[in-house]
Amino acid sequence: MAYPANYRYTREHEWIEVYGKTGKVGITDYAQNSLGDIVFVESPKVGAAVKKGEIFGSVESVKAVSDLYSPVTGTVTEVNEELASSPEKINTAAHDSWIMKVELSDPAEVDSLMTASDYEKFIAEETGH
Amino acid sequence: MSTPAISPALRKTALNAVHRQLGAKMVDFGGWDMPVEYSGLIAEHMAVRTGVGLFDVSHMGDIQLRGPESLDAIQHICMNDASKLQMGQAQYSAMLYPQGTFVDDVIVHKLSDNDYLIVINAGTREKDFGWVKSNAQKFHCHVSDYSDYYTQLAIQGPKAAETLQKLTNVDLSTIKFYWFKWGTVCGLPNTLIARTGYTGEDGFEIYVPSDEATSKRVWDEVLKAGKEFGIVPCGLGARNTLRLESALSLYGHEISETINVFEAGLDRFCKLEKGPFIGSEALQRVLAEGGPTRKLVGLEMIDRGIARDGYGVFNEGGAQIGEVASGSPAPFLKKNIALAFVPREHAALDSEVFVQVRNTMVRAKVVPIPFYRRPKKQS
Repeated sequence: MAYPANYRYTREHEWIEVYGKTGKVGITDYAQNSLGDIVFVESPKVGAAVKKGEIFGSVESVKAVSDLYSPVTGTVTEVNEELASSPEKINTAAHDSWIMKVELSDPAEVDSLMTASDYEKFIAEETGH
Repeated sequence: MSTPAISPALRKTALNAVHRQLGAKMVDFGGWDMPVEYSGLIAEHMAVRTGVGLFDVSHMGDIQLRGPESLDAIQHICMNDASKLQMGQAQYSAMLYPQGTFVDDVIVHKLSDNDYLIVINAGTREKDFGWVKSNAQKFHCHVSDYSDYYTQLAIQGPKAAETLQKLTNVDLSTIKFYWFKWGTVCGLPNTLIARTGYTGEDGFEIYVPSDEATSKRVWDEVLKAGKEFGIVPCGLGARNTLRLESALSLYGHEISETINVFEAGLDRFCKLEKGPFIGSEALQRVLAEGGPTRKLVGLEMIDRGIARDGYGVFNEGGAQIGEVASGSPAPFLKKNIALAFVPREHAALDSEVFVQVRNTMVRAKVVPIPFYRRPKKQS
């Protein structure tokens, strides 16, 4: 699976795609694959404040529940309603299935996140390859 | 995603390479490197409910008791009444500690008058063998561990019989549920074919020689035979959700060394009237003192939220009253279900309780178990 080069990544396996002051956030293909069949996404509320490194929601698969950590600080402007009825979209297209859109308080925060090649190295280490 | 490298300490079944080749996600299950899923848990679960699925369950153990007093030994060690078994019949049973709690749950197969096979769980293999060996000592019988001799395959689902029938000379319609026969399977003579399983569906478990070449050949032939019914290889993930929908116990969850027979609700497999056996005295005492104080019940979540193993169960006042033994979304029933231990006064059907799902109290109600019962055969 290719990790889009224009996204940035967290150690908790979220991705963010930034356009100007707005970012779209989702979970990586690696994360969906480890979780297995996703049955529920708990999204934040529009207008909620999220903080870099803090929990903003969760994803549940049949097997397990996993917290979602925000890659950036900001305000939630939109959540992906489609995932409420079709959470399995994350399994089929993790990098196209954004969970929330955030207006960034500090766009410079993004620079501290991993690039696609950093992230690929990171997961290779996690799996011992 | 690449699969983590195998740790050298993990044990492997003869089909380990086959699972990896199929791209299975592997996990450490009770010290065994086992497939948790191949194509996806939900697809595998649904295949077993609607068609057929194939499981490698070779990590299960097999203990044979042979000799003139093997029945006496079984009667002493296991809680069900094995004297009721006919040759070719199997029975669900359990081995208990003197306090009436579980060493393990088992399936006892009567091979002949002086010859029994006990199938045990993977995580408790060594403990179980030691337990049987030491408690059978005073009987005239020989205890052997045949666990590594067999590759055990489970073919499960409404299309299991049609699938396996293509590969054997035994007329499978002559094997009733929880009975077994020997026959040729994939050209292998004297193969044990048991109509047993852990999915709540009709199905078979077969025991073939555990060399890699034979195991792989049989595995592949079963997949080929089931192709027209949409057979898929199934991992431990689906095995768990299938058994949970059917409310079958899992060691360490619904049964353990701190849970007794009545709490686990397995009374019907425990025959106190057969005479003394290990654990029977303690269980008589529990009855004399008014029965168990907690019971295993089925819960269905009313509000949104998924109960998971170990989550707390609470009453309306917010006091913890129990714990979830196993909880998961139920892929076939499309509900969130759980098995939980609660005090007897909360065990009545339709009682409402709360499960703490992370930071939220989620409403649940007591429902009948099993959650899922397979449709009766039309024939």
